[in-house]
Amino acid sequence: MSNPNIRVGVDIGGTFTDVALQHPGGLSTGKVLTNYSQPEQAILDGIERAAGAAAIELGEIGQVIHGTTLVTNALIERRGAKLAFITTEGFRDVVEMRSENRFEQYDLNLTLPAPLVARKDRFTVNERVAADGSVLLALQQAEVDAMVQTVLDGGYEAVAIGFMHAYANPAHEQMMAEALRKAAPDLSVSISSVISPQMREFERFNTVIANAYVQPQVADYLGRLVARLRDTGIQAPVFMMHSGGGLISVETASAEPVRLLESGPAGGAIFAADFALAHGLDKVLSFDMGGTTAKICLIENGTPKTANTFEVARTYRFKKGSGMPVSTPVVEMVEIGAGGGSIASVDAMGRIQVGPKSAASEPGPACYQRGGEEPTVTDANLALGRLDPDNFAGGAIPLSAENAHQALHSRLGAKLAIESSDAAFGVTEMVDENMANAARVHTVENGRDIEHFTMVAFGGGAPLHACRLCEKLGIEALIIPPGAGVGSAIGFLKAPFSYEASRGLFQRLDEFEASSVNAALKELEAEARAFVAEGAADAEISTKLTAYMRYSGQGWEIPVVLPYREFQAGDRGMLLEAFEQAYRTLFGRIIDDLAVEVTNWSLTVASVLPDVAKAGRHLTGLPLAPGKTRDFFDAAQRRTVTAQEIERSAMAPGVIVEGPAVVVENETSTIVTSAYSVIGQGDGSLLLLRKGAVK
Amino acid sequence: MSVSPIDYQIMWNRLIAVVEEQATTLIRTAFSTSVREAGDLSAGLFDRQGRMMAQAVTGTPGHVNAMAESVTHFAREIGVQNTFEGDVFITNDPWMGTGHLHDITVVTPVFRKGTHIGYFACTAHVVDIGGRGFGPDAGEVFEEGLLIPITKFADCGTVNSLLIQLVRANVRTPDQTVGDMYSLAACNEAGNRRLQDMMDEFAIDDLDGLSGFIMEGSRKATLEAISKVPSGTYHASMTVDGYDAPVHMVVTLTVEGAQLKADFTGTSGMSKFGVNCPEVYTRAYACYALKCAIAPEVPNNTGSLLPFEISAPEGCILAAKRPAPVSTRHVMGHLVPDVVLGALHQAMPDTVPAEGASALWNIQISARPSDPGSGLPNREVLMFNSGGTGARPALDGMSATAFPSGVSTMSVEATEHVGPITVWRKDLREGSGGAGKFRGGLGQTIEIEARDGYDFYFNAMFDRIANPARGRDGGGAGGPGAVELSDGSKLRGKGRQKIENGKRLKLSLPGGGGYGDPRDRDRDQVRADLEAGYITEDQAKADYGLEL
Repeated sequence: MSNPNIRVGVDIGGTFTDVALQHPGGLSTGKVLTNYSQPEQAILDGIERAAGAAAIELGEIGQVIHGTTLVTNALIERRGAKLAFITTEGFRDVVEMRSENRFEQYDLNLTLPAPLVARKDRFTVNERVAADGSVLLALQQAEVDAMVQTVLDGGYEAVAIGFMHAYANPAHEQMMAEALRKAAPDLSVSISSVISPQMREFERFNTVIANAYVQPQVADYLGRLVARLRDTGIQAPVFMMHSGGGLISVETASAEPVRLLESGPAGGAIFAADFALAHGLDKVLSFDMGGTTAKICLIENGTPKTANTFEVARTYRFKKGSGMPVSTPVVEMVEIGAGGGSIASVDAMGRIQVGPKSAASEPGPACYQRGGEEPTVTDANLALGRLDPDNFAGGAIPLSAENAHQALHSRLGAKLAIESSDAAFGVTEMVDENMANAARVHTVENGRDIEHFTMVAFGGGAPLHACRLCEKLGIEALIIPPGAGVGSAIGFLKAPFSYEASRGLFQRLDEFEASSVNAALKELEAEARAFVAEGAADAEISTKLTAYMRYSGQGWEIPVVLPYREFQAGDRGMLLEAFEQAYRTLFGRIIDDLAVEVTNWSLTVASVLPDVAKAGRHLTGLPLAPGKTRDFFDAAQRRTVTAQEIERSAMAPGVIVEGPAVVVENETSTIVTSAYSVIGQGDGSLLLLRKGAVK
Repeated sequence: MSVSPIDYQIMWNRLIAVVEEQATTLIRTAFSTSVREAGDLSAGLFDRQGRMMAQAVTGTPGHVNAMAESVTHFAREIGVQNTFEGDVFITNDPWMGTGHLHDITVVTPVFRKGTHIGYFACTAHVVDIGGRGFGPDAGEVFEEGLLIPITKFADCGTVNSLLIQLVRANVRTPDQTVGDMYSLAACNEAGNRRLQDMMDEFAIDDLDGLSGFIMEGSRKATLEAISKVPSGTYHASMTVDGYDAPVHMVVTLTVEGAQLKADFTGTSGMSKFGVNCPEVYTRAYACYALKCAIAPEVPNNTGSLLPFEISAPEGCILAAKRPAPVSTRHVMGHLVPDVVLGALHQAMPDTVPAEGASALWNIQISARPSDPGSGLPNREVLMFNSGGTGARPALDGMSATAFPSGVSTMSVEATEHVGPITVWRKDLREGSGGAGKFRGGLGQTIEIEARDGYDFYFNAMFDRIANPARGRDGGGAGGPGAVELSDGSKLRGKGRQKIENGKRLKLSLPGGGGYGDPRDRDRDQVRADLEAGYITEDQAKADYGLEL
């Protein structure tokens, strides 16, 4: 008999498939290797293992929540459907011309990412909708019929339709789609006015194309997954994590798989947000560092910051502009090529550079002894005493300090005429600089002061680097939650059912028309509620309304959160005031006498979750009796210090250890520098506080 | 704590983040569309000798390298004895800044513990600077707007109110232009805060040691890269459309060991119109081209820029003399890399691309009601558009992509919300890429019509209509540009013209040149190009020799 209190979160990552099983007795987690040919097999293995450990029958599982990087991988590896794209005559090449710029100024041999649909598979019809939604050129039925024939003759598996200004008037797109569905009911058809109803043709077209490209494959996979779960006796409903940090049904996910792209990282952000709420923190910076990349996200008042456009599949050193833009709701992250596997080298100026190239897990860092010869961040951490060679990944991978020194010496030290220990320091400092700089720029771009944030760090590499990062950023408090190795999967269990519906509706504020806005919002609410009802029909719901606004003539909008209610003609002043307040927060001032306009509206409907239990928070405590010690290199002090070494299990609530200290556990170690103390918390977290910080 | 080489490396890395933050602050607070949308700005840190230590990587090489020179002018004109804490310097002198009046450069001296240790500088293109407005039609720089000589915007923390009044009284958009002046000053301030934090962290009180480390490392790396260029003297010339008469650009490149000189003697004289380039802007683009090809990985600073010695004789179109009009100097400036790379090609075969469209086809559209009595408002619309780049030695050129400029285009949907126009077409121009073993990038076709009730004017500043981009090593020329109505009637490539309601303006942007003999192009690639419509059937047969 299934039990609604037994829930399982499953995150398929590039290397591991993580499982988190929540049951009345607590949390049971597991990691299995991702199975690329049969991803669902790894899920079943992982669930069986976690259930076994918790002595739970599979039939008792009440809910399965899933997120995956497989959709992103399909885009990166270009394994998708044979696809046709139909667009407005005159705009066949929007997805090929991109933004007409080069994301790297000095590379004469730059290659731009090719569109997912080649030019020969991009077709046009004569039709045109104007910016205000009026029809400038009507789409003729005969032309629709001819296009249907072209698609049928071409043997396409999927079709994406994106017409100019379809967000303002979807009639032509619908007409085209209906004709295709009628002629070929099994054909996968995606239209831009449904998948991404937002202004800006490049982003919208690319989003509908990405959706159509992966749709048949994702629908097939999710179908198999549900069937296999049923076969093994798991009758529980299956829900999917979406990029925006909420849950949707498998059916919605199958139709709009582009919403799943960032599901894993979104789970991580929700995981961090949960700890922010438990610790009563209103300003949190989440820091997730793995083997290849590090991700940073702002979380305010328990909610991760979201955006409506992001970029996937960057092709050039994680550079902005080198990937594909996707316009769907997303938890906003900065991602940089910095992880344990990031490779260090010396450039023409004799400078140590780290990443974005990664040794990945094969061959892995030199110290893994699997043939890796290039020095990585992990090698540097080992050389500096920050990692225990005999207890890495729970002892599963014995690390060779000799190999690490050799790689650091031959590739860095010898070239720069410095000791390999100095080279190791250079490597970790450089990677910490890179991450700190990315975090600083991200907070500046959002008009925030990073000093006022608390960091929540998770992922295999984060506990080694987070404290130094906080020193560099002037952050006084840092939380290392328990279970950080499977953070995303745990985050899935903490997410609400939610759906963000959005609509491009362009209006100048001085011509504000309440009735058309109200009509659009009503539609958005009905749409969003229907999606939420699929998972949480009876739940109490919350709504959040965001208008995307800007000064007339500016290129980019800012999100302005507004009260959700019926608008009146007289609300112009309220809208202006809300915009000015948001603008001032971001840019420090407003511009007088410039017209203001709204471009998009978005409405998020979410199920209301029970309040997060407060963590027993300890800002001070009783010291542990001194025990084992270990030496590590303290970067701020520029010297090796003798640190206390403590098992994480010994860090009971209210236990304090002054830095320098190393807290060791199976998967990783937490480095506490000389400037910080570590205090055990009621929820099993570690709280690192700067000595002398105002509490 | 003594400063180790590793510390210097970390600080160098940090400085890049400092100037990126400086630039980000400017992008986010500027009024000017070209700053926000296209990254038309520059920001950097200089030592007290005026040597640039670090610079943000932004959209336009023209600013990037020109600003590097400007700080020395400020240091000289104002003098150290008159430099005080709280001072902010300013100019938009085309010959002291970045080449035209629309670019305002602001320099803020940096102090630490009461001692002057360096400067922050930044440059941005402002919305309006008075005069005739942004266009090539002036006969002298005096007509192009207000010139602010090198002066103090703020003196010991007090803003110069007379200067503000003067600017306000002389420009069409006083709030925005003055607002941008404050934005520029604020962005230097943001950079300064972060720099001081860094100096606290590393416990240093001057920049001399760090600057020396950066200059030496960068200079050495650049000289090493130049040494790999075979010594010799290399000539190249190129004819482009110009405004009223064709312009011949001539360059002589001399390489001797680690010494490299480029000189533009022989280049045509100045134009009567505002397409002239002050030498600083020519140097910026010439240097950019050389750096891309020779030492792309060395960061921009005085140490890496100085080894490139670039000169043009005063009075030629690439070293315009006061009081020449220079408002649209970018058209000639953007073409400079093509001729410079042509010379370098002889020294370093198989390195540089063929010629490209190069000069942006930016269009400022002024929509005006057909009936002035209708009460419809005037609207201004700005579009940035790019043709094709030249093919590379082992890669096709990039279609509809800016080079050497690094600006972005705007969304057509967004543009149609700005003003009453319909863009009926903005797609690749089939057959416009120069034939070659590697094909030139395609240009694009743009068709624009005014909505009901409106006509529109546009200011043409387009090149490569009479003189298309040439190929290299047997590659064919890119398609020439064309300005016409969609019924085929020709329009002029330069100057203000009117498009009446019901007519459509058709811009055909030039393609890039090809590289290598088209008959050596991979046959499958030729067939794929034909199937995609990148080339026409005639071209496949005639240029590529494909048997169908």
